[in-house]
Amino acid sequence: MRTANSSGGGADEKGVIEGVLSRHGHDATRLMQILREVQEGLGWLSPSILTAIADGAKLPRARVEGVAGFYHFFHTEPLGRYRVLWSDNITDRMQGNADLMARMCKKLWLKAGNVSEDGLVSVDTTSCTGMCDQGPAILVNYRPITRMTPERVDKVVDLIRRQVPLAEWPAEFFLVEDNIRRKDALLSHDLAPGDALRALKSPQDVLEAVKASGLRGRGGAGFSTGQKWEFCRNAPGTGSSPAHYVVCNADEGEPGTFKDRVLLSSCADLVFEGMTIAGYVIGAKKGLVYLRGEYRYLMEPLNEVLQRRRAANLLGKSVLGQIGFDFDIEIHMGAGAYICGEETALLESLEGKRGVPRKRPPFPVTSGFLGQPTAVNNVETLAAAALIAAKGAAWYKTLGTAKSTGTKVLSISGDCARPGVYEYPYGVTVAQVLADCGARDTQACQIAGASGLCIAPAEFGRRIAFEDIPTGGSFMIFDNSRDMFEVARNFAHFFVHESCGFCTPCRVGTTLLKNGMDKIHEGHGGEYDINDIWRIIRTLKTASHCGLGQTAGNCVADTLQKFRPSYELRLNVHEFEPAFDLDKALSKMREVTGRDDPGAHFHIAHRKSKSGIGTKAGDEA
Amino acid sequence: MNASTSAPKRKLKVATTSLAGCFGCHMSFLDIDERILDLIELIEFDRSPLTDIKHCSTDCDIGIIEGGVCNAENVHVLHEFRKNCKILIAIGACSINGGLPAQRNSLDIRDILAAVYAQPGRGVHIPNDPEIPLLLNEVHPLHEVVKIDYFLPGCPPSGDAIWKFLTDLLAGRTPSLGHGLIHFD
Ligand SMILES: Cc1cc2nc3c(=O)[nH]c(=O)nc-3n(C[C@H](O)[C@H](O)[C@H](O)COP(=O)(O)O)c2cc1C
Ligand code: SF4
Ligand code: SF4
Ligand code: FES
Repeated sequence: MRTANSSGGGADEKGVIEGVLSRHGHDATRLMQILREVQEGLGWLSPSILTAIADGAKLPRARVEGVAGFYHFFHTEPLGRYRVLWSDNITDRMQGNADLMARMCKKLWLKAGNVSEDGLVSVDTTSCTGMCDQGPAILVNYRPITRMTPERVDKVVDLIRRQVPLAEWPAEFFLVEDNIRRKDALLSHDLAPGDALRALKSPQDVLEAVKASGLRGRGGAGFSTGQKWEFCRNAPGTGSSPAHYVVCNADEGEPGTFKDRVLLSSCADLVFEGMTIAGYVIGAKKGLVYLRGEYRYLMEPLNEVLQRRRAANLLGKSVLGQIGFDFDIEIHMGAGAYICGEETALLESLEGKRGVPRKRPPFPVTSGFLGQPTAVNNVETLAAAALIAAKGAAWYKTLGTAKSTGTKVLSISGDCARPGVYEYPYGVTVAQVLADCGARDTQACQIAGASGLCIAPAEFGRRIAFEDIPTGGSFMIFDNSRDMFEVARNFAHFFVHESCGFCTPCRVGTTLLKNGMDKIHEGHGGEYDINDIWRIIRTLKTASHCGLGQTAGNCVADTLQKFRPSYELRLNVHEFEPAFDLDKALSKMREVTGRDDPGAHFHIAHRKSKSGIGTKAGDEA
Repeated sequence: MNASTSAPKRKLKVATTSLAGCFGCHMSFLDIDERILDLIELIEFDRSPLTDIKHCSTDCDIGIIEGGVCNAENVHVLHEFRKNCKILIAIGACSINGGLPAQRNSLDIRDILAAVYAQPGRGVHIPNDPEIPLLLNEVHPLHEVVKIDYFLPGCPPSGDAIWKFLTDLLAGRTPSLGHGLIHFD
C-alpha cells in the first residue's frame, strides 16, 4: 500500500494506469471499471491520475472527473490507507452503530468524516450496505465486516494502528452469512448447473413458457418478464455493431434489501443460467451483471462460478454444443450509488458515465446498453426464469396468487428474533411473516425499502403480492420501543445523499424535506412545518424525473398519517419559529464590537430543549 | 381590475418595507404606472417608504417585504410586520433566497469587517455605535425568520407580475403568475 499523500505521477503510477487501461482496451465505456481498478492499485484518484486516464481513454478530462466525482466509492481526495465506512441504515442505528462509531473515532483520535493527520485512516458513514440481518456493519476498504461490537471495534482499531494489511485480518471478521430461514420453490430448487439449459426448446417456446408463467419483475416495478423479453427480441439492433444485451440488475441498493446478495452467494448458477436463457430468447451474445460496489467481495467467487460454467460449456461459444448459441457473462462493479439500481441510470453507469437516469421512451428494450435492445432484469427474476424454463409454466402457476405467480424472497431485518432471508409464495400475509421471524410487539413494518410503504398493525392482514403490497424484498420491522419519526428522518437523510442531482425538484426537494424533519427534531417545528412538508412531498412526487424523487417522500407521508403523534409530540410551536437561534446569530458581532448590552441581544426566549418541554414566548421581540 | 363596485368596501391596509434589498422591487412596484390609481381605490398604504409612516398599524391586512434579513434592525422590522399583518408577502430574489447580500455567507463576517475597516498603520476599528444595527452572522431569507404566506419571485418581479399578484390576492384568488410573468419558455 502506498502512502496517502503521494500523487506525484511516479513510475509505479504510470505502470498501474497503463496496465489497467490496456486490460480494458483503452475503452471509454469501461471507465467505471478502469477507475475502480486504478483506485484499488493506487489508493485514490489524484488529479494527475485522472488526467492520465482521460488521455489514455481519449476522454475529456472533465468527463473523467465528473464520473469520479459522482460515485461515493471513488475518491478524488486521499481518504487514508484504511477507509472505514459505517453502514447507516435505520436498522444499523437500531443495532447501536452510532455509539460504536463514536468509540472507534475516539480511539483513533478522529472526527467522523475526517482523515487522520498521518493519512492513515478515515471514518465516515454510508448508506445501507445490505448486511441488515447481521449488523451493525462496516466496510473497510470496501470489504464488509459484520456484527460490530465494542470488542470488534477495539480489534479493528488495533489492526489499523499496527497497519496490518487487510488480507491478514482475522477471516471471521469478513464472514457474511446467508441466514436463509425459509425456503420455497426457488431456494429449495434441486437443479444442477445446466439442467435448465438442457431443458430448452426453441427460443419461441421458452418465451411462450415465461409469458404463460405470469412471471413479473422482482426488482420493484413488476413488469411482465415475458413481455419485456418479447419487446427486446423483436427490437432490431442498430448501427455499425448491432447486438442485443442481457443485464442483471444486482445493484440492490434499497435500504433493508439483501436477498440478491444471498441469491448470488447461494444460487449463482441459477442466476447465470437465467441470464443465459434470457440471451437465448432475445438473441443476445453477451450478458452483464451490474454488481453494487458494496458487494465487491462477491466478485472473485462469482468469477469462479463463471469459469466453471465456461469449462462445462454452459457459457461461451456454442453453449451445450448448440451451434449459434453463443453467450458469455461479465461482471461490472458499481461504486456506491443507489440511483444506479434504476435501470436507465444503471445503463449509463455501465457505459462509463455518471448514473443519471435517462429519458424514457425510448425504453431499454429498444435502446439500452450502447443504444442496443437490452433486457434489464433483477437477480431474482432471472433465477425464477431459469426455474420456469426447467420445470414449466404450469407448475410455476400453481404457486402464488392469480396476478402474482410464484414466490418472493424477502429480506427481513429489524426487531425480530430471526432476521434473514425468507421465501414465500406470493399472497402471504404480513402477520404470517411477522409470526415466522419471531417479531413481537410490532408497531410498524416498512415494506419495499425507504421508498416503499410503511404499514401499521391494523394492516398486518394485508398480503405481499402485486395486487396488494408489491415489494422488491425489503421488509424492516419496528417494535413498540421505536420512534417512527426517527425512522422517517433517517430515510429523508438517505434520499438527500442518494439523489443524483439531475433534476431540481428532487435535488432541492429532498434537502428541504430533510431540513424540515431536522427542524422538527430539534424542537423548532410547528404546524407550519408540517404543512410545508406536505407541500414538498407533493412536489417531489409530481415533478421529479425518476422514481427516486417520486418516492422520496413516501415514508414521511406514511408516518405522518399513521404515526402522527410521533411528530406532534415534537411540535413546540404554535405559529412559527426559525430553525436557528436568532440571538446566536449576533454572536460574531458581539465579539468584534465588544458589545453585550441589551441592544446587542434579541430578547426572545429560545427553547434549548429538544423535547416537548420548554417555554414558549412567541417569536416576537 | 375593475374598481367600480357599487358598495364601497373597507379599504385594505397595505404596509411595505425594504430590508436587505436595493429598493429595486419597490421601484418595480411603481412600474404598475397609472394602475396605481385603481389600486388606491382598494387599498390604503400604511407603513411604507411611499408614506413615510414609521410603524405598522396593528390592523394591517397585507405586508410586502423586499430584501432579506442581514442585521438586527431587519429582524425587528420583520417581527413588527409579522405581528401586525394578516398576510406577509416576500417579494424579490433577496427576500426569498437572500439574493446578492447573501453572497457574504460564504465568508466569516469577522473577516469581512476586519478587511473593510482596516486602516493602514492604525489597525482595525469596527464601528460599534449603538445606533448602528449589528450584523447577523449570516444573511437569511425572510421565511427562515418568520412565517411567510406568499412568495413573489423575480429580480425584480415586473410591474405586471406585481399587478397580477396583487389583483388576484385582493379578489380572493390564490395568486398565480404563469406564463410570461414568472417563466418565459
Ligand atoms: C431509484 C430506483 C432504484 C432501483 N433499484 C433497483 C435495484 O437495486 N435492483 C433492481 O433489481 N431494480 C431496481 N430498480 C428497478 C429497476 O429500474 C428495474 O425496474 C428493474 O431492474 C427491472 O427488472 P425486473 O423487471 O426483473 O424487476 C430501481 C428503480 C428505481 C427507480
Ligand atoms: S428524481 Fe432525483 S435521482 Fe431521479 S433524476 Fe431527479 S435528481 Fe436524479
Ligand atoms: S430582488 Fe432584486 S430588485 Fe429586489 S431587492 Fe433584491 S436585488 Fe433589488
Ligand atoms: S444553473 Fe440551473 S439551477 Fe443553477
